[in-house]
Amino acid sequence: MADTESNDAFVEFDRVQKSYDGEILVVKDLNLTMPRGEFLTMLGPSGSGKTTCLMMLAGFETATHGDIRLGGTSINNIPPHKRGIGMVFQNYALFPHMTIAENLSFPLEVRKMGKSDREAKIKRALDMVEMGAFGGRRPAQLSGGQQQRIALARALVFEPELVLMDEPLGALDKQLREKMQFEITNLAHNLGITTVYVTHDQTEALTMSDRVAVFDDGRIQQLDPPDTLYEEPQNSFVAQFIGENNTLEGVVKEINNGLALVELDDGELIDCKPVHESVKPGARTRVSIRPERVEYNKDRIQEGAHTLKAVVKEFIYMGDIFRTRLSVAGNDEFIIKTRNAPDVERLTPGQQIEVGWLPEDCRALDA
Amino acid sequence: MTDTSTQSGPMLAADGTPLKKSLARALRLQKMRALALIAPLLIFVLVSFVIPIGSMLFRSVENGSVAETLPLTVAELQNWDATSGELPDEALYAAFTTDMVAAIEAKKHTRLGSRLNYEHTGMSSLFRKSGRQIKKLDPAADAPFKDKIIDIDKKWGDVETWQVIKTHSVKYTNGYFLNAIDMQRTVEGAKAQPEDKQILIKLFQRTLFMSMVITVSCILLGYPVAWLLANLPARTANVLMILVLLPFWTSLLVRTSAWKVMLQQQGVINEVLVWLGIVADDARLVMINNQLGTIIAMTHILLPFMILPMYSVMQTIKPTYLRAAKSMGATNWTAFWRVYFPLSVPGIGAGSILVFILSIGYYITPEIVGGTKGVFISNRIAYHISSSLNWGLAAALGTILLAVVLVLYWAYDKIVGIDNVKLG
Ligand SMILES: Nc1ncnc2c1ncn2[C@@H]1O[C@H](COP(=O)(O)OP(=O)(O)OP(=O)(O)O)[C@@H](O)[C@H]1O
Ligand SMILES: [Mg+2]
Repeated sequence: MADTESNDAFVEFDRVQKSYDGEILVVKDLNLTMPRGEFLTMLGPSGSGKTTCLMMLAGFETATHGDIRLGGTSINNIPPHKRGIGMVFQNYALFPHMTIAENLSFPLEVRKMGKSDREAKIKRALDMVEMGAFGGRRPAQLSGGQQQRIALARALVFEPELVLMDEPLGALDKQLREKMQFEITNLAHNLGITTVYVTHDQTEALTMSDRVAVFDDGRIQQLDPPDTLYEEPQNSFVAQFIGENNTLEGVVKEINNGLALVELDDGELIDCKPVHESVKPGARTRVSIRPERVEYNKDRIQEGAHTLKAVVKEFIYMGDIFRTRLSVAGNDEFIIKTRNAPDVERLTPGQQIEVGWLPEDCRALDA
Repeated sequence: MTDTSTQSGPMLAADGTPLKKSLARALRLQKMRALALIAPLLIFVLVSFVIPIGSMLFRSVENGSVAETLPLTVAELQNWDATSGELPDEALYAAFTTDMVAAIEAKKHTRLGSRLNYEHTGMSSLFRKSGRQIKKLDPAADAPFKDKIIDIDKKWGDVETWQVIKTHSVKYTNGYFLNAIDMQRTVEGAKAQPEDKQILIKLFQRTLFMSMVITVSCILLGYPVAWLLANLPARTANVLMILVLLPFWTSLLVRTSAWKVMLQQQGVINEVLVWLGIVADDARLVMINNQLGTIIAMTHILLPFMILPMYSVMQTIKPTYLRAAKSMGATNWTAFWRVYFPLSVPGIGAGSILVFILSIGYYITPEIVGGTKGVFISNRIAYHISSSLNWGLAAALGTILLAVVLVLYWAYDKIVGIDNVKLG
């Protein structure tokens, strides 16, 4: 098997299923291939099976069915301590009875590394996370962010090829989280480590990852780079889950020239890009439009755009952008976002306007 | 708004009294109520615990009976050089006769005899027998006394008799403590007891050693059980917990007697071993009325006190620590030994202190299954309290036991740190 490994398949989940109780499948048919050096994020709502997948990869849970391969070799029967996978836990799991240096020394000691080598590596790892001066402290004497860095350093100090992180930033405040997001991605890319990162924070997923796997209901709903994921959601769940999204419901009338004609529930007819396989004449569909792709300034509405009447319900000044809530085609929660520029008109509630968008920004998904 | 807020003096409460005063009054009421709630316990503890312990500490040094019963003699003995080897002079015998006649009148001489008998055998009968004769003497008319007294019993002509009385005539004595560590008070100062009377140090050592063995066996037996309790699913763990607590629902005496049934030579274990042919009928194992019996029975009885604190500490050790260790390449054993075990040490510490201190003062079980070789210092204390009636010695032994426990506790605090002990 090992010689068949292509660079595209460092980590592989092959039709993996997992059930804890023999009744419910927590992970249903998971297929995933990761090339070496990739930063992949598993994103999904609570209970969607992200941690379970990570634990199967780390060896703390066994797959009920299917194959997990690392570097081309099946690791189903390899115990966790022989997998050589670095791990950062949600609550860091730093050993409270050891100093920071001893914590970092632990993975090296169990590998029977000599003292001088160990010290050199510990120093390098601590410097890498800018915690060089803290080797003698205990975990309880560090702040949350500092503990987080140590947990990262500890997972990296034995130079694993694959690092798993389960919501490592969940306990930090927003500012620190953003700083750490940046540091983690930098480190991972500089060291060329393959990383599987679990989070349920979509901003985190979008900003950090090479690719994002959106989990729901024990399946990967979509696996794509962040921009594709955001701009081209493949189904309603992903469209709803990633970023803000406006939904209009209707029935597909016909499909021609690669455009679907959808009759919205209030009778309006619009052209959409048919995306989901269920979009066929006569089928119900949900149409998804991103708030920032909707224009209301007459001059800005592009040629070929589709226009609809709208009533302003609420106008919120947010500094860099304006966020306006409209009533469009019977949907009172239709949001649009406009960049704060000198020539942009500020709307007032009750105002009647026209909004427009391009048919390719308007995606017909599953109902 | 109101005038209270505008005035410059102390803040006033709604009824016009200064705020501080009414606050103090309100708080005082609260404190009184709290005090009233704990008062029954406080009084109970005071009466049943603090006062007896104080009185025990006092009894271990108190020694008034010689000076009280023979006041003139004790005064006269000051002039006698006990180390000279010569008998005291006539003046002392005269004083002694006066004291004794008064003591016999008050029926106090036999009590003094038994007090001195603790220090020197034969004193009790000497006082009792001589009492009948001395009673007939008249302190005012019958002088000189020296020869008459020695005639009554020639022991009064022994220098040693007077030495004993002189050494134990002080009001507060270290004699009981010396006895407690196999020494005695003599005219030449503290001396070792004769070889055949030295048993207490050995008993102390045995008590400490056996308590240690019991503690260690409790750790070895309890640790896996506590681990299971902490790691099994809740429902199974609850059943196991009931099994652990089950012994608490049976009387201590019943449990100890059950061990007697199990361990004796005609007992369950021996019968089974003989029946299986593992042990010959004439070579039945001796497992009771010796140290082994005490260790087995006490380990069983004290086990819950080890398991419970260990369990409550282990419950707080998160499983992610073990996972983290394994993810870093540690085998199950290394993960346990380097990570789980150190984190569980506070539980072992708490359990050990509890079991050790309980067993060091244990009485009933060694009494029933210990025979002569398996008894503890506490059994000796009980003997002195209820049989030999040497309460002073019993008190001294008790005080030493208390001191040992305190020293151990202090040492433990220095080495492990008492903050590291978690009972829950
Ligand atoms: N040890 C277990 N035994 C039984 N069921 C479990 C166990 N661990 C997880 N589950 C169930 O499996 C499902 C997926 O859990 P998992 O922990 O993988 O979710 P998650 O995506 O990591 O969620 P979160 O974002 O909340 O961490 C949940 O429904 C959970 O109840
Ligand atoms: Mg999780």
